[in-house]
Amino acid sequence: MTSAALNVSTLQDQLQALARREGILKWDLGASRSSSASVQVDRGQAKQLKAAQRSSITIRVWNQQGLVGITSTSDLSDSGLEKALMGAHQASCFGNPDDVPGFSPLATAPEPDLHRPIQDAQGIQCLLKQLLDAEQQLLDRHPAIGTLPYNAMNEGSSERIYMNSEGALRQAQRTQASVFLMARAEETGRKPRSGGAVRVALGSRDLDLSGCINEAAERTISHLNYQPIDTGRYLVCFTPEAFLDLIGSFSSMLNARAVLDGVSLSKADSIGHQLAVPFFNLTDNGLHPAHVGAMPFDGEGTPTRALPLIRGGCLESFLHSEATARHFGVDPTGHAGMGAKVSVGADWLEVSRSPSMTTGAEHLDHTTTRDCFVLIESLSALHAGVKASQGAFSLPFDGWLVRDGERISVEAATVAGDIRELLHSIVHLESKSVITHQGVSPHVWIDGLAITGEA
Amino acid sequence: MQSTLQKSPAGFNDLDPGHHPWRQRLDTLLNFGANAGADLVEVFLERTDHLGVLAEQDRITSVSPSFGMGAGIRVFRDGRDGFVSTNDLSDQGLKDALLQALAMLQLDASTLASTSGFDGLGTLRDYGISKNSWLDSTPDLNTITQRLLEGTQSLGKFGQHLDVRRGSFARDWQEVLVAASDGTFARDIRLHQSSGLSVLAADGEHRSSIARRYGSTDRPDDLCNWNVDASAQEVCDSAAKMLRADYVDGGQMPVVLANRFGGVIFHEACGHLLETTQVERGSTPFADSIGDSIAHSAVTAIDEGMSGGAFGSISMDDEGMEPQRTVLIENGILQCFLSDRAGEMRTGHARTGSGRRQSHGFAAASRMRNTYIAAGPHSINDLISSVDHGLYCKSMGAGSVGATGQFNFSVEEGYLIQNGELGQPVKGATLIGDAKEVMPRISMCADDLELAAGYCGSVSGSVFVTVGQPHVKVDSITVGGR
Repeated sequence: MTSAALNVSTLQDQLQALARREGILKWDLGASRSSSASVQVDRGQAKQLKAAQRSSITIRVWNQQGLVGITSTSDLSDSGLEKALMGAHQASCFGNPDDVPGFSPLATAPEPDLHRPIQDAQGIQCLLKQLLDAEQQLLDRHPAIGTLPYNAMNEGSSERIYMNSEGALRQAQRTQASVFLMARAEETGRKPRSGGAVRVALGSRDLDLSGCINEAAERTISHLNYQPIDTGRYLVCFTPEAFLDLIGSFSSMLNARAVLDGVSLSKADSIGHQLAVPFFNLTDNGLHPAHVGAMPFDGEGTPTRALPLIRGGCLESFLHSEATARHFGVDPTGHAGMGAKVSVGADWLEVSRSPSMTTGAEHLDHTTTRDCFVLIESLSALHAGVKASQGAFSLPFDGWLVRDGERISVEAATVAGDIRELLHSIVHLESKSVITHQGVSPHVWIDGLAITGEA
Repeated sequence: MQSTLQKSPAGFNDLDPGHHPWRQRLDTLLNFGANAGADLVEVFLERTDHLGVLAEQDRITSVSPSFGMGAGIRVFRDGRDGFVSTNDLSDQGLKDALLQALAMLQLDASTLASTSGFDGLGTLRDYGISKNSWLDSTPDLNTITQRLLEGTQSLGKFGQHLDVRRGSFARDWQEVLVAASDGTFARDIRLHQSSGLSVLAADGEHRSSIARRYGSTDRPDDLCNWNVDASAQEVCDSAAKMLRADYVDGGQMPVVLANRFGGVIFHEACGHLLETTQVERGSTPFADSIGDSIAHSAVTAIDEGMSGGAFGSISMDDEGMEPQRTVLIENGILQCFLSDRAGEMRTGHARTGSGRRQSHGFAAASRMRNTYIAAGPHSINDLISSVDHGLYCKSMGAGSVGATGQFNFSVEEGYLIQNGELGQPVKGATLIGDAKEVMPRISMCADDLELAAGYCGSVSGSVFVTVGQPHVKVDSITVGGR
């Protein structure tokens, strides 16, 4: 695509001039730009090839009363920029005087060096060839695998900019690629089963395609022989992926914005409280080398950093924006978005065991233990089945009932509980940590979780 | 410091071909694409204006306007398609996007033919001509903020033990222009507005959170007509009943699903499986079932885009086709699939005006509009009294369906049914099942059909939909609980 490149210093000058004209002394801007190419295939044919170029800016303005307004746009023309600034100025009349965000005191602090080299794109035809080949390999793994109803391979680049009227200016670029394969298998007289896998990398050349094919095949084939499970309470082992999904859905427990809004299970004075068993640690580590989507700063320009959240089972810190950090009397942590009301979110969660602590259940290992347990491979419908403000969850899952080492896939079942009870019911964290596309965790064992099945 | 951030040129601030030379520009573009050997070229142009407002307790805490524009260009060749989206609406920007889409299908300048088969754009069908003033007719920010604060104050008036009171409003205005090399040339303006109230009630260790959202399309003054007190009363009543509710015991049992948003069961369990997108993927068990019984004979299900003011109603779909009333299932027999342009091309099912997308960033796909189970002959009491031990789901939460047709959805407000009568409130229920098994078990439909507004996320993004049904009874389903 040919397009006029935007000169950041020109944009800064433009905004400064517009702001001066309108009598606006304080403003900041977040901008993003991305381009991507993706392919989908269907039984040996290209199904859809897509490319996208997107750009957007968000402008915040502080008016003479010190209140904040915001406007976002994908129209980066001169008139679009002017309209956005004026819109933000108008919206500032409705700013909340009880909660005024400010510039991050760390917006000009040194950035971490993420060591994420920019990768060249291979091009869409190359992606197509690789995905067609991957699809064929997966279809060949088992006669029951008939289609890959969901599949995609993509590569792209993105850029983030933050600047403010006090001269802060940050800019970061990254590349990212991913492949997703979900196979559907069906045997005569049996229900269809599916399984999927995803891989991410800085560039499409680095994608672990064979690992993705193997995992998707193994997940699909291992569920072909299924049985209903009796409703009851079970010893449960969560795979790292499933546990990260679950703990991530309850991250409002660790979020200062949610605490101040009254929708968190935690209170402002919860720091230091025992949230989990003593051998449980949780860190938000946006700098982890495996975090492909890492950015060196957040929406307010605060540098990204590793932040211990739970240590030895005790709540040690909340995730913060500038405004929440000011309220709590701490530094912002690099987890903010950009808004009139600034959102706060976790980045890359890392679950670990406290060093030198034993769990009392060291014999539990999902590959060798002879105990009867349910191995939960993946959770579904987190958006529907998690009530984060109540602590409750009731979620469909894919997994196996494991007895004497033999795995039988579980048909149509749900797992339910309370996250606070769950964190205190962890009986074991396996010693080996697994890096997933969304974080790091070992297999996590919980005792006495309620499972509802069709038996 | 230099950046590669794109910058779109100024101009073309609306998509009305009467004011800007869009016909000529699109003619040129489509002719080029057709000449290069494409079977069909489609251009979707869009301009948007969004406003989101949030009130918490007795303060306005967020006012978030946004606006934008963009184009999605799709090229078909031998059943395959290439799609490119861009924010750059200049001549060069659009041509570059088209060239990129053509190149995806190995079409380029070297494949240019002397004749394209493109006979020029047809007469503009302008569904937006009577809607040009709609955006200006919507309430101003003063009115919006005032209504939301009335909402949160009303929650305070009716509720007890409320830690959090929230009111929210969203206004989505969209102007679209669709042009295709089959001559399609159509413009529309859409206006969706929704307002919602939510609370978090807490008393010691007991907690409940209840939310309700109300939405309409094409009614600029809808917020002014919102009965805030009635909405607040409904939310607070539910929160009070659920605050000390026990968690439901899981198991297999009959359930009675309330009307309005209870229709999410059909949407998730069956509706998605009747989109040609699923036929293309091989992920619907009903692909070869036209004319077969796939549901209980009590079930007739409809999808349409024409109910006045309903959230899923449209004057034209995102491929320029007028919506239809599509009977999906009649007395249990599968009649029809929902189809878009690609679906018709790849599966043979005729288009139904169901090609929808969230924005120019997505290619259209077959999607539901206003989808509901038709009313039956029974009273609600007939349904409840027919259950010895089961669950009454008065209010549903969100749901989803997977690649094998297994669906799930959460119950926000539930009550046990014992010996044919409603009993104590229960929470934490999730219903799961698969369409082939559950559809034949919807054995009774009441006579109280009502619709509810919702959002549906799928392959072409999040679109505005309506779900609906009368009260229905499912003879047996898995209720996940503790």
